[in-house]
Amino acid sequence: MQRFIAKRALQSLLAIWVMSLIVFTLVRVTGNPLDVMLPLEAGPEDYERVRKHWGLDKPVYVQYAIFLGKAVQGDFGNSWKWHGHSAMSLVWERLPATLQLAGFALLISVVIALPVGVLSAVMKGTVWDSVAKVIALLGQSLPAFWLGIVLMWIFAVNLGWFPTSGKGGFQYMILPAITLGWFQVAAIMRLVRSSMLDVLDSEFVKLSRIKGLSEWKVIWKHCLRNAAIAPLTFFAIIAGVLMTGSVVTESVFSWPGTGLLVVDAVRARDFQVVQAVVIVFAGIFILTNLLVDILYAYLDPRIRYQ
Amino acid sequence: MATVTARALPWYAAPRVAHALRQVKRYPVVSLSILMLFLVIPAVFAPYVAPYDPLKGSLAKRLRAPAWQQGGSIEHPLGTDKLGRDILSRMIHGARVSLMVSLVAIFVGGTLGTALGLTSGYFGGRVDSVLMRLVDISLSLPTILLALVLVAAVGPSFGTVITVLVVLLWARYARLVRGETLTIKERDFIARARVAGASHVRIMTRYIFPNVVNSLLVLATLQVGYVILLESALSFLGAGLPRPMPAWGLMIADGRELIVTAWWVSMFPGLAIMLTVLSLNLLGDWLRDHLDPKLRQL
Repeated sequence: MQRFIAKRALQSLLAIWVMSLIVFTLVRVTGNPLDVMLPLEAGPEDYERVRKHWGLDKPVYVQYAIFLGKAVQGDFGNSWKWHGHSAMSLVWERLPATLQLAGFALLISVVIALPVGVLSAVMKGTVWDSVAKVIALLGQSLPAFWLGIVLMWIFAVNLGWFPTSGKGGFQYMILPAITLGWFQVAAIMRLVRSSMLDVLDSEFVKLSRIKGLSEWKVIWKHCLRNAAIAPLTFFAIIAGVLMTGSVVTESVFSWPGTGLLVVDAVRARDFQVVQAVVIVFAGIFILTNLLVDILYAYLDPRIRYQ
Repeated sequence: MATVTARALPWYAAPRVAHALRQVKRYPVVSLSILMLFLVIPAVFAPYVAPYDPLKGSLAKRLRAPAWQQGGSIEHPLGTDKLGRDILSRMIHGARVSLMVSLVAIFVGGTLGTALGLTSGYFGGRVDSVLMRLVDISLSLPTILLALVLVAAVGPSFGTVITVLVVLLWARYARLVRGETLTIKERDFIARARVAGASHVRIMTRYIFPNVVNSLLVLATLQVGYVILLESALSFLGAGLPRPMPAWGLMIADGRELIVTAWWVSMFPGLAIMLTVLSLNLLGDWLRDHLDPKLRQL
């Protein structure tokens, strides 16, 4: 088990390192950031001065070494767009909003997906099952950003129940969270349904029915507990997807989180901030994947000894 | 003799609806016709079908509502955007853009992945372990961020979008083909081909490749929808195709700020994406079940 964890952890570190390499190379080698940073009327001496100031005059590999050395300490330099802020401080400042939204979206998707998934397994072949299937299909085919706009149009513009965008009280969070959670509803529902179907078929369920337990207890207590293992391990993946999916949702609803930060930074070619966000997100994503693998290996010994 | 008479069920009764749904899934007639209607025919015949130029509009006719709404006219059935361009024409050309981007990206990514997967599986050893590590890493990178960085660095263009998509797509093909190659290369006919003097390249292309085509076809079909979604999300974020190209994602982005005054600008392109992706998913499922049931987990 320890060997397995060590191996997977090493692989995760490697993935984060590759990500840093990709980000660094792409961002430096292509395009000249000075063109974006400096006003049109800037002369060659201005270019020289700014280049020196940001350390862009050194060879690329030296720049990378400096970058990596600082990145390990969590220092990604100062933002070029937001003066006087370090890239990392911007990320930390915005991260709570993203986590809040992602957490709420996850809650919504579980609250919807779990009962619907269980019901569609129990009532296999009925209308409910078909409805669940349609929801699942739509979940995979709807572009999240468009769903956001449609929700905004119906519930904010026409009905006036919620504000259109921005961040404020609880009511600001509902539409973005539904948009973000929609895709997960489909995924969780399908998982719950298929693992419930497996469990419903097993011997101990028949036994508990014979014992005379109420159908309610059989389904919601005995079956669900056993069926929850597969979806539970999937949650970590979903958490990662939610983090990155926030990029789209946040820019639809102008939600001031990390996703909106990175989109703004990309438009302004603020490399320091892009690097910081991408590395932090990649770190979260890769770490959650690692956790899932370990959890899986813990629950299913076959994986450990591969 | 007792005769069994079918109970007369109304058309909306549960078993009938379920049955109808199953039929739709069993024969991809519906999804195929939706695809033809919304994607293929507009894409192929765009210049002939579209009533107007997708890039030219007249400011005098800006933000016209769809024909059935107050202030709309049959001239522009789905209305116009803020530059007075005809939405329907832009959507028709948008179908062409979507189809082209996804087909080119999947073809290039698939070819690259297949070549690497064949090599990796056939030769094994060090080549294999290096390539598969690369695949693992590439699959564990967060998709949309990588794309954002790539596009931010190079700037949005048709070529960049294709590059981004190829970088994101190749790994799945490589893994799939490698897995199949591993089992195929142990079979007798490969050994016989080698005895007969066939070169490694010939064995890979003439003997192994034809045996993985089915799986490749299924994976490619399942990915067309995914790629269309991805491309439109990138375009929406301003990291995909450049303006003023008539891409569905861009059209939705244009409509976002107009949602209060002109809902139609973003509504119709979104519907088009939804319908095509939905039917592509159904078609992919159907193909998988018929060509290659062992790909269930894809």
